[in-house]
Amino acid sequence: MNIGQNMSSPLLKIENLHKSFGALEVLRGVDLTVSKGEVVSLIGSSGSGKTTSLRCVNLLEDYDDGVVAIDGEQIGYQTGNGNRIRRSEKEIAAQRSMTGMVFQQFNLFPHISALDNVTLGLIKVKKLGKVEATAVAERWLERVGLIDHRNHFPSQMSGGQQQRVAIARAIAMSPKLMLFDEVTSALDPELVSEVLNVIQDLATEGMTMLLVTHEMQFAHEVSNKVVFMHEGKIVEEGPPKIIFKNPETRRLAEFLKRSKF
Amino acid sequence: MNYNFNFDAVWRNFDLLMSGLGLGLALALVSIAIGCVLGLLVAFGMISKNRFLRVISGIYISWIRNTPILVLILFVYFALPQTGFMLGKIESFIFTLSIYSGAYLAEVFRSGLVSLSPGIRESGLAIGLTEFKIKRYLIIPIMFRNVLPSLSNNFISLFKDTSLAAAIAVPELTFYARKINVETFRVIETWLVASAIYIVACYAIAALLRSFERKLAIPGRGHK
Amino acid sequence: MDIKYFLSEAWIARSALFEGMLSTLEISLIAILVGSLLGVFVGLLLTYGNIYLRFLIRIYTDFLRGTPVFVLILACFYILSIIGIQLNAFQAGVFALTLFCSSHVGEIFRGALLAIPVGQTEASKSIGLTFRQTFFSVLLPQALRQILPTWVNTATEIVKASTLLSIIGVAELLLSAQQIISRNFLSLEFYFFVGFLYFLINYSIEKLGRYFERKVAIPS
Repeated sequence: MNIGQNMSSPLLKIENLHKSFGALEVLRGVDLTVSKGEVVSLIGSSGSGKTTSLRCVNLLEDYDDGVVAIDGEQIGYQTGNGNRIRRSEKEIAAQRSMTGMVFQQFNLFPHISALDNVTLGLIKVKKLGKVEATAVAERWLERVGLIDHRNHFPSQMSGGQQQRVAIARAIAMSPKLMLFDEVTSALDPELVSEVLNVIQDLATEGMTMLLVTHEMQFAHEVSNKVVFMHEGKIVEEGPPKIIFKNPETRRLAEFLKRSKF
Repeated sequence: MNYNFNFDAVWRNFDLLMSGLGLGLALALVSIAIGCVLGLLVAFGMISKNRFLRVISGIYISWIRNTPILVLILFVYFALPQTGFMLGKIESFIFTLSIYSGAYLAEVFRSGLVSLSPGIRESGLAIGLTEFKIKRYLIIPIMFRNVLPSLSNNFISLFKDTSLAAAIAVPELTFYARKINVETFRVIETWLVASAIYIVACYAIAALLRSFERKLAIPGRGHK
Repeated sequence: MDIKYFLSEAWIARSALFEGMLSTLEISLIAILVGSLLGVFVGLLLTYGNIYLRFLIRIYTDFLRGTPVFVLILACFYILSIIGIQLNAFQAGVFALTLFCSSHVGEIFRGALLAIPVGQTEASKSIGLTFRQTFFSVLLPQALRQILPTWVNTATEIVKASTLLSIIGVAELLLSAQQIISRNFLSLEFYFFVGFLYFLINYSIEKLGRYFERKVAIPS
């Protein structure tokens, strides 16, 4: 249930998050908060658990223990009397519209146009009428610079364009929190900046964001807080100036060296 | 539904069913073997530079694949004799199934040939092999391994088509099943057993072909 | 081979041939439509059902695919009347062909669903779509486009299999032709002619299929 939000309570609160894939424990007690308007980057090597953590926020991955809560509302489960019950699929679907996610592989719907990709959620989930949905979608496509491509299909667009449509699709749903899962890793280098620019704009306008990224330079520029994960735990976190210039832990220093930052 | 299951009638005639299965397998084997040779020739015809060959091969494949096999069987056995081309039941069926297989296998081989990299032929030429030798030692062996899964599916399908030999009274499995059914009235038991025999035979053939695939597989290729 | 004689005989028999053709089309249409609908359902259960359901459906499809169509038709013809379901030869034959079609369509539909990248479902989830919405708006449109060529192939297989109903006495095109042949002994001409008619039917189905493929294709 909604406890009600005051200015100091975080938008996203992750407490003691645990998750295993079979015998492999991938998250070993992750604690993370993201405040409204904050931009947080998750960095770390592959297998550190950063993507898994992200995917627990909108329950694309179930988590085994701990709490993930947005605006005080626990995601995916309800805890009562020390017991944890999974919410119904309908409730979970409704909770997922509090967040918007952008994927590494874009995952645009290939059989419909860019415009329809963005309006689908507006019509089916937000229950907007076609006219209103189209207006909202076109506004966002304009924001990401692709209004002229609104009737094009994903296969007719470059990777960078597809990813920008994917961003529009996610953000048109007016989520409280945007989740970015290595969104530039699958792009040709010359297409990366067009996507990063859009994300930078959104950040400047106050969108709350959690990013998993390998783009250290970008993380340094756009984030309020950088979180370094290693083997399922948060090892160090702090403002980008400190994290990137003066890492406290040896692990982080080694990681940064290997990432050539 | 008052039906007393009694499998005795079927077990008593089990040897008939088994001989029918044996004949069916034999028919399939011979027809598929001929069909493979025919299919290979037609496949090469489809990709030949000679326009006439391409057209003839295309017509053959298109015609046979769009004609019901029963019509072909009846045509060869009942109609062709009018032109003097007379064959006994079994020979006639093998003739028909061979031509039928040829059309389907030609399509499998054709797509297999087309998907081969042209570098194979070129490297063969570079070491001085003749076109024929290239086909014999390089193209066909490699292509064959590539199309084995598709080939297996076709083989099993063609084996099931041997059931149609019963239409011209060839004593294979379906023919005997129908005979037993009509004579003993043990309807459910007969067809259950006949069906089971076909299913088991198909599984066995599939397993055999899969082990072939593994034996012949090019090491390092394909899914783990 | 006297063409004139054949043509005059064909003309005399035109209504029988026409009735036979209609019957063939009727058999095929029912089997294909009902069988495909059933097949989509089967494919769904195979992909999303729980382990027990999947096991049962697997038995269903393996049974139908390992058995020759001919055996299926004969089995339905003889068995159904014994267990109290009174079906005439036509109905029994169509029943068998419908089941046959459903197992094939079920298999190819399952394949198509599995071929859709998991990212599609994840993206749908992430914007809050329920499974039902995801299936109808995202998965089904992609799966149907994917199976179109193979489904057309299955349809032509059903048309060809309809000839087997002649053996249980259904007056479709092949049996009609055989009855004509028994009168005038023009087996060469009429078998050839009927073969040609089937060829036309299947060729038209293929052409229709390719037309639809182009029409619903995603622009690229």
